[in-house]
Amino acid sequence: MTSLPATAPIKKLGLVIDLDTCVGCHACAVNCKEWNTGGEMAPLTDLDPYGAEPEGVWFNRVHGYEAGDGANGRTVHFPRSCLHCETPACVTVCPTGASYKREEDGIVLVDEDKCIGCKLCSWACPYGAREFDETVGVMKKCTLCVDRIYNETIPEAERVPACVSTCPASARHFGDLGDPNSDVSKLVAERGGYDLAPEFDYKPTNKYLPPRERMPSAPAVAEAAGEPQGLLKWVDRMLSI
Amino acid sequence: MNPAPSVIFFTTLSGLGYGLAFWLAVARAFGTIPADTPWFGAISLGVALALVSAGLLSSTAHLGHPERAWRAFSQWRTSWLSREGVAAVVTFVPLGLLWLAWMLGATGGIWAFVALVGAALALITVYCTGMIYQSLKPIQAWATGWTTPIYLLFALMTGAHAVAALAAWFGYGASWQASAALILTVVLAIAKFMYWRSVDTATPFSTPESATGLGRFGKVRQLEAPHVTENYITREMGFKVARKHAAKLRMIVYAIGFGVPTLVAMLILISGPSALLATIGVLAAMVGAIAERWLFFAEAKHAVMNFYGEH
Repeated sequence: MTSLPATAPIKKLGLVIDLDTCVGCHACAVNCKEWNTGGEMAPLTDLDPYGAEPEGVWFNRVHGYEAGDGANGRTVHFPRSCLHCETPACVTVCPTGASYKREEDGIVLVDEDKCIGCKLCSWACPYGAREFDETVGVMKKCTLCVDRIYNETIPEAERVPACVSTCPASARHFGDLGDPNSDVSKLVAERGGYDLAPEFDYKPTNKYLPPRERMPSAPAVAEAAGEPQGLLKWVDRMLSI
Repeated sequence: MNPAPSVIFFTTLSGLGYGLAFWLAVARAFGTIPADTPWFGAISLGVALALVSAGLLSSTAHLGHPERAWRAFSQWRTSWLSREGVAAVVTFVPLGLLWLAWMLGATGGIWAFVALVGAALALITVYCTGMIYQSLKPIQAWATGWTTPIYLLFALMTGAHAVAALAAWFGYGASWQASAALILTVVLAIAKFMYWRSVDTATPFSTPESATGLGRFGKVRQLEAPHVTENYITREMGFKVARKHAAKLRMIVYAIGFGVPTLVAMLILISGPSALLATIGVLAAMVGAIAERWLFFAEAKHAVMNFYGEH
């Protein structure tokens, strides 16, 4: 059913992405692809994988930006994936009921057996979260690794999305953003986590932590004061001839 | 946005079909075309229904799973695409009955009522089509109050020229047909001019700065793209080929889509119904409609391209 849950989900599982620590290594994107091509939304088809123009379905794309100029300019690595919005238009535009938002935890999913591949959901999403799989003929998107986070057959420490588990810089955090006392909510409050493109009012669940304020520069090493004395004065004079 | 030919043909052909059906039904309801005209009714309303059917079938051509298209009738509570599907099917009922009645020579007053219901539903279906586009906030050029009225005006305008042509071929040409065609063509030309002026001068609703939240540091430029080749997103939403020809194509819409049909309708009003002239009018109007619909897609920018640094 493409109506949104009658009552907004209390639990809001999502990601917090730290743009200050992300190093742009693409490990999250690669591990996402690796897990999900065998997971809930499998396969994540590639076209021309060994040819000159390989392309395929990915749930996570890492951009690199330059923001601002001069001393205040920043280079920012920026992973982009589904934000599991609270009021996602990708769900309500779906004509078949394939696209839905879970009442129990707010995850936005696609039922691949109902999807007709009309692509309208991808048009409705300003975040580019949905990609069409040419081979399977349906839309694919991030599942927040719904097949990992509740998976009792894997060790408890691994029950986080694949992108979070693999991040070498700990720039990705997973948790319940509906609970103000969760670690992720505290992190958002402390670091001023923000919504991407808030003007659309789709109320993303995922938050981004801005790059931190620049550290004040260390003072330059003070130059030795005054003229050299004694032996050094003599050496200085000899070498200056 | 990538102008998929199936969607362009669907929206323009079904628009023509619904517009033609609307004018035929209205003419039949008010008796401006006599009821005892089985050949005219069967062929002209048959053409309208065939155009609508061809459009609907072509719209399934861009689906990944056309065999599941029936599922699209289920989510009318939230989805304009679903509403359009339901409205399209429901509209076949009164128009199909009217087509049979007309062909069989039934003349009772009930058919005037059926005709009016069919005319209303034809417009409702086109309204739903327009709302599919108008409700998409990430495409600023579509999310304006102009979108749906222009879809409706195109259906009514091309339909009016079509009814003028068909009626003239059968010897039922009348000045109301050319008058409707003339007024709608002029109104649509003005609406399209206003629409283009408003989208050309609009300030962007979303920018790379607001999308990434990095505007706090200044202007945002993409330094590294996430992928070296195209992907679904950049091909579907980042279509740019047409933009360089946009000015010429707009002139084609004005000259062939609006100019020729306006002249034709005026000539008919001066010199009387002419099947040949009216046919030229409907063909020109359709060339304009297809060019306009192509531009509607090709010129529209999608907000996701902000992440790719497109200002």
